Amino acid sequence: MIENLKKLEKFINSELTSKIQSSLINNNELSIEIDEQYLIEVIQFLKSNDKCKFRQLIDIAGVDYPDAEKRFQLVYLLLSHENNNRIKIIIKFEINQIINSITKIFPSANWMEREVFDMYGIKFKNHPDLRRILTDYGFKGHPLRKDFPLTGFNEVRYSEKEKKVIYEPVKLEQNYRNFDFESPWEGTNYIKDLKNKGANGKKN
Amino acid sequence: MVKKTKSLNLNFGPQHPAAHGVLRLILELDGEVVEKADPHIGLLHRGTEKLIEQKTYTQALPYFDRLDYVAPMNQEHAFALAAEKLLNIEVPIRAKYIRVIFCEIGRILSHILNVTTQALDVGALTPSLWGFEERETLMTFYERASGSRLHANYFRTGGVHQDIPLKLVEDIEKFCKSFPKIIDDLEGLLTDNRIFKQRNVEIGIVSKQEALDHSFSGVMLRGSGVPWDLRRSQPYEIYKDLDFKIPVGKNGDCYDRYLCRIEEMRESVKIILQCVEKLPKGPIKSIDGKISPPNRNDLKESMEALIHHFKLFTEGYRVPKGDVYTAVEAPKGEFGVYLISDGSNKPYRCKIRAPGFSHLQAMDYLIRGHMLADVPAVLGSLDIVFGEVDR
Repeated sequence: MIENLKKLEKFINSELTSKIQSSLINNNELSIEIDEQYLIEVIQFLKSNDKCKFRQLIDIAGVDYPDAEKRFQLVYLLLSHENNNRIKIIIKFEINQIINSITKIFPSANWMEREVFDMYGIKFKNHPDLRRILTDYGFKGHPLRKDFPLTGFNEVRYSEKEKKVIYEPVKLEQNYRNFDFESPWEGTNYIKDLKNKGANGKKN
Repeated sequence: MVKKTKSLNLNFGPQHPAAHGVLRLILELDGEVVEKADPHIGLLHRGTEKLIEQKTYTQALPYFDRLDYVAPMNQEHAFALAAEKLLNIEVPIRAKYIRVIFCEIGRILSHILNVTTQALDVGALTPSLWGFEERETLMTFYERASGSRLHANYFRTGGVHQDIPLKLVEDIEKFCKSFPKIIDDLEGLLTDNRIFKQRNVEIGIVSKQEALDHSFSGVMLRGSGVPWDLRRSQPYEIYKDLDFKIPVGKNGDCYDRYLCRIEEMRESVKIILQCVEKLPKGPIKSIDGKISPPNRNDLKESMEALIHHFKLFTEGYRVPKGDVYTAVEAPKGEFGVYLISDGSNKPYRCKIRAPGFSHLQAMDYLIRGHMLADVPAVLGSLDIVFGEVDR
């Protein structure tokens, strides 16, 4: 399994040399980071190349790192039935960048990109129908961004007076409490552990 | 002479009994022929992914019951596997067997619901009455193991919460012996039924290529003739050692998918029987005190157990930095969890890959050119549960 992944990593690296920024095998999973402008080419290559055959797009996951220089990440998870492999394509980009849509290559990317747009506000170029998908009609904001509060901004209720469902700003009886249980102590380094570590270190 | 035609817009749902939950489907009709379908989803969106980011790993697990609430433990399984992969811990062998037993029970639960409600959608009432009786029995198994019929919260990182009661294994075995008869009865009502066939054969056909392009998985993929099952191709837990078949369809229509589900139930029964037979003795969760909570009895006597208990239920355990994607073969298809940990006690990001999401996406393509009456049939065979589509 790992052997195959290593071979694949080598192959992809040699074929797409300049387009790949870094590749990594961790936890038995291959992930490659590419520049966002090469996205279409790389995905097309992985799908059509005979040695890769990543014919199925599993999911697109957005990730938000508010403190990073390039705030957003998109992770494309691909699966190859023929070779029984998975691969992760990672792109990093800044907040206002527009990303190429891959709906032409994988029709199923349509809703996945809509979801990313809905949750993170990332826009896609050449997407056939970029609307919100999971949130309410007329929703404002992008809930999965780290700066979006867990409780949201608006709540709905049925108003007996107006005989309809109305939106109101969230009112909490008690503020949301985020307990910080993480202890600053790292715990003891037991002598046994240290000895083991030492032994391992020598082996390496 | 030019004849003006006007298409009719029809709002199907969100309160329609055949919409299987809160689906709002906007149909454009030309007479009775569907020209376009635009599913509006998200009416059951609860922000699971956002909530999980605020919870420790132990607290995040119950959210997975609430995704596909028809087969709760299969979902928990994906998350437990993801956390275990990041933590790099071994699960005791007995826990693996118990997990597999309950995952297969979940599969039967889900398939009974789907097969019978699909029959209900096309006009047969009896199967659902018969099927739901069996589901009730299965849910009591869930209850006896975990304490609740639906939202089990039974799996833990490193094993399962508690050992199963002794008599439960016998009862599950008894059920497995009697259940194939029920499947036969259901099949007797449906498989050769003229009306059922008229409503399902050659409806909603998906070709192999299209199934791949639309990210189908599970029965939707196998119904179209792609032999792909994660239990076989990327085996997790003990599926490697079990003997079972993967039923594959031929035509990729609603009827083939129905047949696949029926066969999968039979295979699940076989798997459960094998597990019951082999079920080894031993611990049911990881013995690593930093991850699984101590035994209740030890709390009274051991200081260390008390500290562990306190730390685990306040801080929780910390998971090493990294990201993993783990997928399980849930009844509806590939259910995956993409987990990113920043080394703290809470997941930094948890993306849930729900099979129903991609299946429902293909609704427009599946239903175009079909009659209005086929909408419930196709929807039924997609096996949609809104808990997981909307998350």
